[in-house]
Amino acid sequence: MIFKVITKSEFKKFIDGLIGSNETFGPRQVNTAKDGKPIYQFREVHSFDEIELDYTISYSSLKNFFLPFRETLSTYNFTADNWEQEIEYRVHPRVIVGVRACDINALCKLDDIFINGSFPSPYYIARRNNTFLIGMDHLPLDDCFCLSMGELVVRQGFNLFCTDLGDRYYLSINSSKAFNFLKNVKTTDPTEEDDRKWLERRNLIKSSFKTHVDTSSLPNLLDIEFDSPIWEKWGDKCLNCGTCAMVCPTCYCYGIEESIDVSLKSSRKERFQYSCTVVDFAEVAGGRNFRPSKAARLKYRYYHHYHGFAENANEQICVGCNRCGRNCLAGINPKDVIDDLLREKTDEV
Amino acid sequence: MKYKLPKEDINLKPFMSQPPPYNWKNEIMRTDKTYKCEIINIIELTLMEKLFHLKIIDKSERDIFNFRPGQFLMLEVPGFGEIPISISSSSNNKEYIALCIRKAGRVTDILHKAKTGAKVGIRGPFGTSFPMEEMVGHNILLIAGGLGLAPLRAPLYWIAEHRDEYKDISLLYGTKDPPSMLFTYEYAEWEKVNHIDLLTIVDKGDDNWTGRTGLITELFKEMTIGPDNTFAIVCGPPIMFKFVCNYLDSIGLPMNRMFVSLERRMHCGMGKCCRCMVGSTFTCVDGPVFDYWSVMNLKEAI
Repeated sequence: MIFKVITKSEFKKFIDGLIGSNETFGPRQVNTAKDGKPIYQFREVHSFDEIELDYTISYSSLKNFFLPFRETLSTYNFTADNWEQEIEYRVHPRVIVGVRACDINALCKLDDIFINGSFPSPYYIARRNNTFLIGMDHLPLDDCFCLSMGELVVRQGFNLFCTDLGDRYYLSINSSKAFNFLKNVKTTDPTEEDDRKWLERRNLIKSSFKTHVDTSSLPNLLDIEFDSPIWEKWGDKCLNCGTCAMVCPTCYCYGIEESIDVSLKSSRKERFQYSCTVVDFAEVAGGRNFRPSKAARLKYRYYHHYHGFAENANEQICVGCNRCGRNCLAGINPKDVIDDLLREKTDEV
Repeated sequence: MKYKLPKEDINLKPFMSQPPPYNWKNEIMRTDKTYKCEIINIIELTLMEKLFHLKIIDKSERDIFNFRPGQFLMLEVPGFGEIPISISSSSNNKEYIALCIRKAGRVTDILHKAKTGAKVGIRGPFGTSFPMEEMVGHNILLIAGGLGLAPLRAPLYWIAEHRDEYKDISLLYGTKDPPSMLFTYEYAEWEKVNHIDLLTIVDKGDDNWTGRTGLITELFKEMTIGPDNTFAIVCGPPIMFKFVCNYLDSIGLPMNRMFVSLERRMHCGMGKCCRCMVGSTFTCVDGPVFDYWSVMNLKEAI
């Protein structure tokens, strides 16, 4: 990786240049929550000043740019006694500015599944290859726990990552595209002083975490505690609404649905995001449900996040952004559930 | 235009000149491409089940389509949906694919209304298969309950075509009642031509039924199984797995010689949608055929 330093005024020029030539998205306040806190989302921006780079966290994750809530996989055009299938996955290039480290790492986890798996998804790859990601570090919220998940540092999956040094940004350049674009503005090589400041900033971020979750033993513990009563306890609270999966940056489970057009001349096959906590997730034809209880479904979500599935080498996919905990209507927080699971046995002893 | 991002069109990336097996890496274009098939024959098996013979229309696609006994495919009825169906024809049959389908939901309802000549799509084959080569030189015990006979028809064909390589073959088949027995017209051929020892049983007989009644485990009383020299293939409703596998386990049949085929509702067939997860494993990629050891290790499998 190549490192450069850029002043904030040059950085503005750089971003405005990108906005001028490409469809660009950035964090913007879209609403205010009941408690008066602003709600941010990634929206299209038309100038640098519209981007609120000091945002806390976007309500929805970045996932939806790559796995939209609903997308057409193919269309079927009907003729008298036949049909033709059409597949389309071309997308326009776009820029996303101000992405948090946890969101970039979440995308890397999705890459493992949708690009590096045995069956790569062209729909995902087309979107991923055509997106220019500019990351931005930030001070954690009180309930973030990405440090515990080891997802605080970005290694790959982005084009440019900015570390705030006060009046300047320390840039980590991770693609030739970013390097070439940066030739249009004035950047300098980092001095020793800059390196020191960078490390100070990293240490400040690291020491700002207030929430710590120990997930190291979970891959085994989740198997051992498969029949633990704590699943009943938390499952009982769960409303099966699927909010956690919708805001999660790595929840990718989906369903496929087909619908016939009102003209009766074509039909569409669509992929839509689904959640394993929704009641019919594991239902098969004839009505048998392999996960009929709320506890079983909630457990399954934790199993996926902290035990991991075979497709990505059984890696934990949680990045610790805590969007699910923050937005859960029933107040189920991953930290509480995991702490309960870890404590359950030690209390009995 | 100094900042203009170039457009990357993955459609234009070079593909392999020789078509690789369906959908595997490099053949990125084909992820959602279905092979168009014509329904060339429909056989009514029972009131609920029909056997469909599908012929892939395009000659080159027909040549590429190769499967192994136990694998499944995704059957697409445009406008209605896509469903996972296990293949119940011979893997040597290059002319058509047979699918035994029960009327159980939206897609299968419309399929049951379809007539010959209708066009459907298939993607696949997907999943693991029965290790037919590994079973060479052994006795094979096939145990099916209800619709579970459909996925076993592919290994049965395999055995018939390689009969000399295997020792004694037994097929135990149990259903709810006599009318729901599948493939009754083939029993004589299996017994007389393929020398398969066929034992059938029903839960509840009717006036014309002269055979056995009871649970499928009753059939074990009539036979001796040599645990050192036998492979077992089990397919049926989850409750049957439990009793049958527990029995086989108790007589000392090693877990790695007992194979089951699990049922889940796949939406993609490619290890993405997670709808068919069992524990931490995908039924569509690591299954549907599992050995009993894997099943024991998987949480919530049966």
